[in-house]
Amino acid sequence: MIELENVGYNYGGGELLDAVSVQLAPGSFHFLTGPSGAGKTTLLKLCYGALTPTSGRVRAFNMDVHGLDRDQMAYLRRRVGVVHQDCRFLDHLPVIENIALPLLVSGRELGHEEANLHELLNWVGLSERAHALPPELSGGERQRAALARSVILSPDVIIADEPTGNVDWEMSQRLLQLLVELNRMGKTILVATHDLSLIRAAKNQVQARVLRISNRQLQLAGADL
Amino acid sequence: MTDSKLHKLILGDTQANRVVPPTGFTAQLTLFVAGAMGFLAVFALALSMASGRLADRWASELARAATLRINAPAEQRVAQTEAALEILRQTPGVATARALSGEEQAALLAPWFGSSLPAGSLPLPQLIEVTADDPGYDPAGLRLRLQAEVPGAVLDDHTRWREPLVDAARSLRRLAWVSILLIGGATAAMITLAANAALAANAQVIEVLRLVGALDSYIAQAFIRRFTLRALTGAAAGVVLGMIGVWLMPEASDEGGFLTGLGFQGWGWLVPLLIPPLGALVAFAATTRAATKRLGELS
Ligand SMILES: Nc1ncnc2c1ncn2[C@@H]1O[C@H](COP(=O)(O)OP(=O)(O)OP(=O)(O)O)[C@@H](O)[C@H]1O
Ligand SMILES: [Mg+2]
Repeated sequence: MIELENVGYNYGGGELLDAVSVQLAPGSFHFLTGPSGAGKTTLLKLCYGALTPTSGRVRAFNMDVHGLDRDQMAYLRRRVGVVHQDCRFLDHLPVIENIALPLLVSGRELGHEEANLHELLNWVGLSERAHALPPELSGGERQRAALARSVILSPDVIIADEPTGNVDWEMSQRLLQLLVELNRMGKTILVATHDLSLIRAAKNQVQARVLRISNRQLQLAGADL
Repeated sequence: MTDSKLHKLILGDTQANRVVPPTGFTAQLTLFVAGAMGFLAVFALALSMASGRLADRWASELARAATLRINAPAEQRVAQTEAALEILRQTPGVATARALSGEEQAALLAPWFGSSLPAGSLPLPQLIEVTADDPGYDPAGLRLRLQAEVPGAVLDDHTRWREPLVDAARSLRRLAWVSILLIGGATAAMITLAANAALAANAQVIEVLRLVGALDSYIAQAFIRRFTLRALTGAAAGVVLGMIGVWLMPEASDEGGFLTGLGFQGWGWLVPLLIPPLGALVAFAATTRAATKRLGELS
């Protein structure tokens, strides 16, 4: 699905990532962890094409991400659902329309997806808040809305950056449950988190691999978690 | 562009429109400027059409009428007049030729000398009114023949004072056209500035739309539609006001001369109705260009 080959990245300062190689196979579940500032968000952005590597190659769906034009990049974004660390909503539209935004911009008939949309809202526990504006939501509600938006197009890959950063244990369990269910439906999942207990909880339910960034390198974490 | 796309662009996919937040103040400014431009364009158009009519009328009316003046001693005048009339009758392209009577000549002089002038007592040249046919005669050839046979005859085909007038009317029409082009250019510039401001103000919105997989064309369409519609409505209002203004001007009359002729005639009243769609077209092109450029610059 997504393949990084000897990828290096720097924002202009020193090298942040160096010679990173990883493959996200279809249906796999990966956690990405590491200290704050290690480059987790950066690595995720490289995976969905928001950043171009300074060295090496990123391939998504067997296409070199570097060679994509703007339209092809838009189509790629529809196949990869992303939960951003800072969520990113249109603040003038209510939550329900924000969640439906990917449908709208890809020209889907909203009428057909009505039931789906409400089920999804229910799933993330936002039915009550459907008509609130994003700035009126709590941090956890925003993250749930962001997760709902990332899966509405039923993408093949879901990349989530700290999806449980602002929610309590119970809610993070629910969000994890959602991701696990999506994985069971065959989706490829990549989650950046520094919540080790979440990773432990996940390991009981799915076969998840844990990648850790340390010293600019990506390592496969052992069973010591 | 397919039918459904065009349909969407005009009637709007209301849902897609909400994606970009509404902007009250810039919208009103765009409407106002488009209205002002539409209003000005109506007057420029009226000016160009009126001066065009004037140029044509002067050129054709004056070209038709000419005067032959016979300056001859009193005893030869009648004979020379007869000879000149005979030549004129034989000249192809001359429709009528008529010697003016003494009273008519006196009437022509009356505005200058008063009606109490004893016309008969003055050695006035005899005037012959010549009207050209269509196609007309060849003035140079006629002059040569008259020179040989009627030495006292001078043909005045009004070219001397007709040409500057026709030239003036034509340059007035050119100026009016330049104004119309400038109005179009100014509209394009204004819409480009406004569209760029809107694109910059909505940078965050554009970024989120890109993140969820919107194509540039989808994002651009939201802006293009807005500005095209604003230009269309603004210009339509301006044109209506401008046309009322032109309509309220006094009827064309001889006394008023050129000034009162400034308006539209007959089918001409339909021409200003082209201004709003043309304004919309200009806005469409300007916004498309601004949006394509700006979105292309994003990473
Ligand atoms: N646009 C940018 N320009 C310059 N430096 C940046 C930029 N974005 C991130 N950085 C720097 O790169 C480093 C890695 O950032 P990144 O966001 O990838 O970290 P992270 O692992 O996601 O951290 P956290 O766990 O806090 O989210 C940080 O030191 C950060 O300051
Ligand atoms: Mg981060």
